[in-house]
Formats: sequence, structure tokens, C-alpha cells
Amino acid sequence: MISVKHVFKTFGAAAAATTALDDVSLEVARGEIFGVIGQSGAGKSTLIRAINLLERPSSGTVTVDGEELTRLSPDQLRLARRKIGMVFQHFNLLAGRTAQGNVELGLEIAGVGGTERRRRSLEILDLVGLADKAGAYPAELSGGQKQRVGIARSLAGNPKILLSDEATSALDPETTRSILDLVKTINVQVGLTVLLITHEMDVVKRVCDSAAMLEHGRILEQGSIVSLISTPGSRLAHELFPLGEIAPHPGNTVIEITFSGGSADRPVIAQLARSYGLDVSILGAVVETIGGNQAGRTRLELPGTPLANAAPIADLRGQGLLVEIVGDGAAMEGARA
Amino acid sequence: MIDPTAPGFWSGLFQVLLVGTGETLYMVGVAVLFTVLVGLPLGILLVGTERGGLFEAPFGYRPLGRVINRVLEFVVNLGRSVPFIILMVALIPFTRLVVGTFIGSTAAIVPLAVVAIPFFARMVEIAIKEVDSGLVEAAESLGATRWQIVAKVLVPESLSTLILGLSTTVTSIINFSAMVGTVAGGGLGQVAIQYGYQRYSTIHMVAVIILIFIIVMILQGLATWLARRFSHRGRPTRSRATVPTAI
Repeated sequence: MISVKHVFKTFGAAAAATTALDDVSLEVARGEIFGVIGQSGAGKSTLIRAINLLERPSSGTVTVDGEELTRLSPDQLRLARRKIGMVFQHFNLLAGRTAQGNVELGLEIAGVGGTERRRRSLEILDLVGLADKAGAYPAELSGGQKQRVGIARSLAGNPKILLSDEATSALDPETTRSILDLVKTINVQVGLTVLLITHEMDVVKRVCDSAAMLEHGRILEQGSIVSLISTPGSRLAHELFPLGEIAPHPGNTVIEITFSGGSADRPVIAQLARSYGLDVSILGAVVETIGGNQAGRTRLELPGTPLANAAPIADLRGQGLLVEIVGDGAAMEGARA
Repeated sequence: MIDPTAPGFWSGLFQVLLVGTGETLYMVGVAVLFTVLVGLPLGILLVGTERGGLFEAPFGYRPLGRVINRVLEFVVNLGRSVPFIILMVALIPFTRLVVGTFIGSTAAIVPLAVVAIPFFARMVEIAIKEVDSGLVEAAESLGATRWQIVAKVLVPESLSTLILGLSTTVTSIINFSAMVGTVAGGGLGQVAIQYGYQRYSTIHMVAVIILIFIIVMILQGLATWLARRFSHRGRPTRSRATVPTAI
């Protein structure tokens, strides 16, 4: 649905240019929620603005729904943008218009007639749960309500894609959840493809089907959450399941087992202890619901060197679990597999 | 010297003031109309043709935007730096060309509009610059054209600041309109000069001052009320601070 290929974006003149996007390529499938996570300054905002060309890439192509936007004339681009909704961190609502007036803005721009505009805007305000606030000005609305108006505005023109620029970053945790749930609901109901950028891992955990990690303008990794979790050494997976520092006892082996899908509810550790007579210590465990599925990571300490534990580890891997040896006692640093 | 005790003095005074007020309102009103018609687009262009502005590259041609910006800056600065009394006289040939004469209230409209347009353009510039660039971005993301952004975002969102800026502009047009009285432009200024100054009638002088003061007060009150009405920010005083109140 969205295909970004080899996009570079530099700001400033050649000598003092800063590179905001450095050979970024992304694939977002139809109907999924794709999250780009990164810290401030990683280039997230530039990336999302490059999708609807609010920020024109220095080079590379952006294709949305089969249309190569980077090739379009300004007039064609304006038409294409109407199929791409966008919500913003600071909502960007017109202060002089009511909630309904803000929702109607896009329809006015598209030349939709008055009656149809009113009908559509009320319908969409109802969808985001603000039917009773149609006549309220943004100054009279809470942050969460403002973002609902922002979402309604972006959806009024029936876009196929929603771009979310840190839409929940200015909201408290509870409101964040309700907004994310709204996005998820719309995603499911309307089949809307969502590309969101965020610096909060919780956002990715809660709604994303796929994710990419952006750092210094480069994509470090990307893929479906399920596949990322089962990728050894994935930074995203590591940040999804923060287990803290590793401090193994000398001579013992520390492993991390990642569970996802069906393997999450099997009594793996008990089996391990029983079958091999091992004194397994649990150093840490995290279980999360990701994209509606249980997934987790457990850090275990097994007595003996990794060599001595080769058989149980092979057994675990044989069960389809992702097992990473993260410490072997000698290497206190905890070199990751 | 006029004798206030002479018969018909008060009715004469009333008549003179009525005509003077009418002329002043006529001059100012028409001048304001032209000021808005020319000054508003001028102010928008002044901001728009700046680097990164909406009209940075008219017809896709960046140097053109830069040239337009430079020219407008020059014109606005020139218009604002020439003292009105000089401008008024210097414009006489132009006024004659446009109106056919350089005497009377209609002729006075020309220099009044010429002096007010750059002044108001600056006010517009200030007001438009205050609009959050995020709003422009939001409109762009909805596929708005540049004109739609001007008409639906920039002007409506800066409306209350624009109104206050206009009120300041009108106040200075009223000030200048009194000055055209010195060159037979009519209006309350001419009443003050002819009766108050040349014929030593303190009553005329005081009456003119009071009348002008009342006009300005009504105007300012109206502008403040309108600005509040269009603000919707929950903090209606926000915009007022940014409009310079001095002339």
C-alpha cells in the first residue's frame, strides 16, 4: 500500500547539509498498522512527511496505492493527498472553527456540497464518539477530544491511508490508549492502512502489526511484529521485552526464550526441569499482549556451561522456540547471540 | 474672532461639525475600504513570498518570489517612512490623475489610502505570521491549494488580530484625515484649522477634539468586541498584545 524506496532527505546546503533520511526503504501492506519507532531526531517526522510529500525527498521514490507520488505534478499531488489522511501531535485544529467545521475543512477543500458536508461530518464525528461535541470549539475540548476531531477530519474524505505523526505523544496514558483503540477499531472496520510514528514502545505493542526501527535516519530493522520477535538479536524485540541487565553466576549459562503464539501457554520450563533434571532459575520474564497475541520472553539461568547445556537448548529449539544464549558466566558482559 | 454669544453661533457650530464629521467619515471610510482591498493581499504576499512561504516560488519560479518579496518590502518601507504631510503634497499629480482634482474630501482619499496601505500590510504580515505553521501543514495534507490555505486557514485564523490591526490602521487614518484639512481636504481637521486656529474659536477646537476622540473610542470598542467575538481561543486578549498600538 505504501512503498518507500531508497529515500534520502538532506537539509541545508551541500557543505553543511544534515541527512535526515539516509536510504530509507519501507513496505506497508494494505490494511495493516505499521509503526515506525525511534527517538527524537531519528528522522521520524521527516519520514512521515515524506509519505504525503509535505517534505519532498531529496531522492528516492514514494508510492502510495500504486501511484508514484514523487512523480506527480503539484495538482495531481493535491488530489492524491486527499486519499491520505494525517493526524498530528498537536492536533492542528483551526481555532476559529467548531469540531464540525474542522471536520468539514477537508470536504470543503475537495469541493463537497454543503448538505453532504454536514451529513458526512456528523457521521464521522459520531464514529469517533464526539457526536455531542459537533458545535464545540477546540478551546473547549480536552486533548483526547481534540485528537478525535483530528482523526475525524483526516477520515472525512474517506482516505485509504492514515498517517499518524506522534498522535498520542501529547496525551496522558489513558487517553493514549483510548485513541489507539479508536485507530485500531477504524483500521479493522474500514480496512484503513495506518502508518504511525512514535517514540513510545507501548504504542507499537498495543496496535501495530508491523514495525520499523529508525535511528539516525536509517531503518535498522523492519517486519511484522511476530517475525521480529522471533528474530535472534532483534533490537525491537529486545525493547519490546525489556529484561534489564544480565548478571549471571560464573560457570552458569543464561538463556532467553521468546514465546509467541501457541508456545506461550506451554509449560516449557517445568518440562525442562523434569526432563533434564536441571535446577532452572528464572532471572526475569516479560509477557505482553502484542497485536492481540500473547508473547513473552523469559530469561533463565541453567547450571553449567553452554556446552554442557547443549542438549536441553537444542530440545527447546526443537519445539520451535527462539532461544538465545545471552551469557555464559565467563563473559560477564553478556554477549548477545 | 468668532463671538459665541452672537445669534446663530450654536446652530452654525452644529452645522459645521455635522458636515465636518460627515466628510471625515466619508474620507476615512472609503480610504479604509481601499486599504483593506490592497493592504490585505499585499500583507499576505509579503509573508507568502518569504523563504519557505506559500508563494515562495510563484509559477514554480523561485527567483520571482524573491524579487516580488524585495519589491514589496521596498514599497512598504518607502510608504511608511515618508512623512504624511510630504506624501500628501508629493502625491498631488497622482491624485489629480485619479480623481481629477486635488482639493476636497474625495481627493483626500488618495493620499490617505496610500499611506494606510503599507501600514496595514505590515499589520497583516504580523497577524499572518502568528498563525501556527502546523495549521498550514494540516490543510496541505488535506490537499488544499494555496488560495484555499489563504482563504480557509490564514485569514480566518488571524481574523481577530487582523481586526485589531485594522482598528489601529483606521485610527491613524483618522489622524491623517485631520491633516488633509490643512490643504482644503475637508473634514473635522479643516473645521479645527479654519475655525479653531485661524479664527481663534476655542469651542470649535474643543468640539473637534471631542468628536474625533468619540469616533476613535467607538471604533476601538467595536474592534475589541469583534476581535473577541472571532477569537474562540478561550484567551481573547492573546492577540492584542502583539499589535503595536502606536502609529
